[in-house]
Amino acid sequence: MGALQILGFVGPSVNWWALLPQIILLGAALLILLASALAPQRTSTAFTTITTLCSAITSSIVAIGLWNDVKTGGPSSSIASAFGIDGFSIFFTLLILIGLAATALLSHGYLDREGIDPPEFHALLLCSAAGAIVMASANDLIVMFLGLEALSIGIYVMIAMHHRRSEARESAIKYFVLGAFSSAFLLYGIALTYGATGSTNLVHIRNYLDAVVFRDQHLLMAAMALLLVGLSFKVAAAPFHFWAPDVYQGAPSPVTGWMASIAKAAGFAALLRIFFAAFASHDVDWAPIVGVLALITLVVGAVMAILQTDVKRMLAFSSVSHAGYVLVAVHAASAEGTSAALFYLFTYTLMVLGTFAVVGAMGTDDEHPLSRYAGLGHSRPILAIGFTVLLLAQAGIPTTSGFIAKFQVIAAAVNNESYFVAGVAMVTAVIGAFMYLRIVMAMYVTDEEKERTSPTWHWTTSVVVIAAVSFTILIGVVPQLLIEFAEDAVPILIRG
Amino acid sequence: MIQLVAAQTASSFPVLNALIIVPIAGALVVVLLPNSRPELMRPVGAIFASIAAALSLYVMAQFSIHEAGFQFQSIQSWIPSLGINWHVGVDGISLWLVVLTGLITPIVLIAVDPHHDPKPYTAWLLLLQAGSFGAFLALDLFLFFVMFEIVLVPMYMLIGGWGYDDRRYAATKFFLYTMAGSALMLVAIVSVATLSAGNQDITFNVVELAQRQALSTNTARLCFLAFALAFVIKVPIVPVHTWLPDAHTQAPTAGSVVLAAVMLKLGTYGLLRFGLYLFPEASVWAAPTLATLGVIGVVYGAIVATMQKDLKRLVAYSSVAHMGFIVLGIFAFTTQSLEGGVLQMINHGLSTGALFLMVGMLYERRKTRAIEELSGIQSAAPVFAGFFTVVMLSSIGVPGLNGFVGEFLVLIGSYETRRWWTVIAATGVILAALYLLWAYQRVFHGEPTPDDEQTPDLTLKEGLVLAPFIAGIVFLGLYPKPLLERIEPAVDDLISHLEQHSDYVQPDLGAPVVVDENHGSEDDH
Repeated sequence: MGALQILGFVGPSVNWWALLPQIILLGAALLILLASALAPQRTSTAFTTITTLCSAITSSIVAIGLWNDVKTGGPSSSIASAFGIDGFSIFFTLLILIGLAATALLSHGYLDREGIDPPEFHALLLCSAAGAIVMASANDLIVMFLGLEALSIGIYVMIAMHHRRSEARESAIKYFVLGAFSSAFLLYGIALTYGATGSTNLVHIRNYLDAVVFRDQHLLMAAMALLLVGLSFKVAAAPFHFWAPDVYQGAPSPVTGWMASIAKAAGFAALLRIFFAAFASHDVDWAPIVGVLALITLVVGAVMAILQTDVKRMLAFSSVSHAGYVLVAVHAASAEGTSAALFYLFTYTLMVLGTFAVVGAMGTDDEHPLSRYAGLGHSRPILAIGFTVLLLAQAGIPTTSGFIAKFQVIAAAVNNESYFVAGVAMVTAVIGAFMYLRIVMAMYVTDEEKERTSPTWHWTTSVVVIAAVSFTILIGVVPQLLIEFAEDAVPILIRG
Repeated sequence: MIQLVAAQTASSFPVLNALIIVPIAGALVVVLLPNSRPELMRPVGAIFASIAAALSLYVMAQFSIHEAGFQFQSIQSWIPSLGINWHVGVDGISLWLVVLTGLITPIVLIAVDPHHDPKPYTAWLLLLQAGSFGAFLALDLFLFFVMFEIVLVPMYMLIGGWGYDDRRYAATKFFLYTMAGSALMLVAIVSVATLSAGNQDITFNVVELAQRQALSTNTARLCFLAFALAFVIKVPIVPVHTWLPDAHTQAPTAGSVVLAAVMLKLGTYGLLRFGLYLFPEASVWAAPTLATLGVIGVVYGAIVATMQKDLKRLVAYSSVAHMGFIVLGIFAFTTQSLEGGVLQMINHGLSTGALFLMVGMLYERRKTRAIEELSGIQSAAPVFAGFFTVVMLSSIGVPGLNGFVGEFLVLIGSYETRRWWTVIAATGVILAALYLLWAYQRVFHGEPTPDDEQTPDLTLKEGLVLAPFIAGIVFLGLYPKPLLERIEPAVDDLISHLEQHSDYVQPDLGAPVVVDENHGSEDDH
């Protein structure tokens, strides 16, 4: 430090309190790695799971404290405005921490059963979560990219950790190659944005775009297009979704849940921060493209989902069509649309985590055929009804959070006078519903009484499923609090 | 006077909320009952359904006759951020549907044995009752949509869980058809609320939106079409009726009865409450088309019913024909035709509900519904045949029974405004006699086969189950005034609303059906 002062270098002031959530997660990751190195025999699955859970809980307590600060003191930013502290970043921090806790619980039974070393898995999960939080909070494109890479690299390894399954390795390679490809797009987009606006800082970019009228905005348009393509890969929006079914199918179910929920949410966080907040003045340029992307994603997701026979692939395409819904909300380019997108992501995350909890418990084989669910309604009625609620919620049936989420997206689109997009969104919801109903029917209507494989059930999985189902119904009946939370979490770009 | 009544209802017990909550509570209680006592499920469920039925009768008794507006209104804030309220109320149009929903569910619970899994069966039926109450009572578009869609789930589960061989296909088809219809309705609901808001707060309140009439003509027509599509599928009107025969045939008896008696009415009720009331001009604009489709339904349903080999499918197609009558009545826009339409909703619920119950009873005895395999049931089960005859005659529309009153009102009401439609629809009455009498002749007359001779007659319990239907059919056929005098103010109000917001003028038909000196409240509106 002293040497640096002599050289005349003064680092930016750092609001450590605001960074505490990520620091806690990284600290927990280090603790787990150290413990496993020093006392490998005593580092049990229980220890790692509890450490991860405790870090998630402590971190969320800090995040709630930060939320109160933002509510009273207003949003701010830190580290030379590279890191935003606003409702938006804390909303996603809490969401990511919920996902982290759920994934830790789901992996508990899974790691034991499959004989995977827990410390590495949990350390990577924690780093991945920290990366996702950085990505959602970043006010600077470079920092956002760092967060994205931290998130993704953890996922690449977690997919491949099941070393006895060749499908897992295949998925990991696929995800890695396409992930690297999309990162390249994103980086090129960042570079062109820098070229067009002279900065990678979102605050600066927004102020610059507000103040300057381009005579020729080709460079900016190209930058926006490349950023959109790069992020579309991450959120699995069509036509950049081709990796999703294969990767979702091959990855271990807890990791699939993590990818489908948190990786997607973080991708949308970046999308919203860049496009809605920083490129706000150019929404006439990007909103129509996002609208087209939303239409393609909705149709492809819904139509492809009903053609699948493998449940994990069905859910992969359903997650594509959910991305389409969020894009419809982004397309509205309004505060209302953004809070609808946030509400959608929050409720969707819990639904999808619960869904993959059930899928994970139903079996680990590489194939995941629909017939495996046959007769679940009779052999495990409570599990079946919980799964039914989660599936119907994804189909957008009322009294579930999925319906309220869809309703807000439609309301945002209608307010924006995008009636066509709203109509297509609702029609594809019906097409998609066919796929969910197929799974429900498979559980309740069986043609022959055959020997059923009983799901391998761990109590931690029950906790996740029960929490997800209760949340889904509770928010479906009394959504007001979460709506207000999402309304307060619209991103605000602020310097200092 | 009206304000006084309103004040009284506002301060009293929120009976409409209780109507929706009691069955839900019942479903929860049933779910919590121990699995080791399966015999408790249906009785406990029937008790809760009966409490709801008693509450619906209380609403009927307390309903003030000569008032056109909504009564027993109850508004609670639900999702203030989106301007959504829990808003329920009942008027003359919905009153009898609420009573019908209240009474049908306990009867079905008592009457029909599911044979397996009584716990979920009872719970789903109770939830179906709650959802149907909600849909008929909702005065908030969002609340209505929630209820309109949520009733799909219990019915889907009932068909899927307790239906016949092809239930998977039928249940999914039923669900997707209705959901497809309501998909665009949701967009229209949001559009109506948003576009009507202007500078005011956004609201989904049906009464307020109907008063505002803020939409431009074309927008209102598009929104009306989106609403109408949802309801037309639910009614169902030809050519989007194909889900109905499958759903009815594959559904368990309880499902068929509730589907026919209650759920189909959501379509016609929706057309009245949200079609005519919210979009008067668009309704008048679309009336010729919809009335034509209704008449096509009458004739087509009747012809197809004649050709059916399966007794249950025959009754299902007769539903298509009867519902066509109601649609014609609604889009003829006269006091009589609308009254007839509303009354016919109740009549159809009674007669078709009872027919499905009896086809179910026949199936329990003979394990077949194929008309050609049945013969001479009358000699083996004379009482059963007698009950069947009464219900069948009601469905045909024989004078002295309820079907006649409804169909007659629809026909004379429609004659003034839709003359040729009425002429064609009138043939439907003759066709109904053809297919029902022919089926009756083949099943009940003739030489009984050895199997048919063994058919046991009605048990006392079954007789008691059918008795309310028969009583309703005869009572409404002889003395429909108690219904009509409650329906008429609401219907007159609706027509004056139509006249006020469109260039439609109701032709003078002379004296109204119900002559009453105190009848002046409609002038207030």
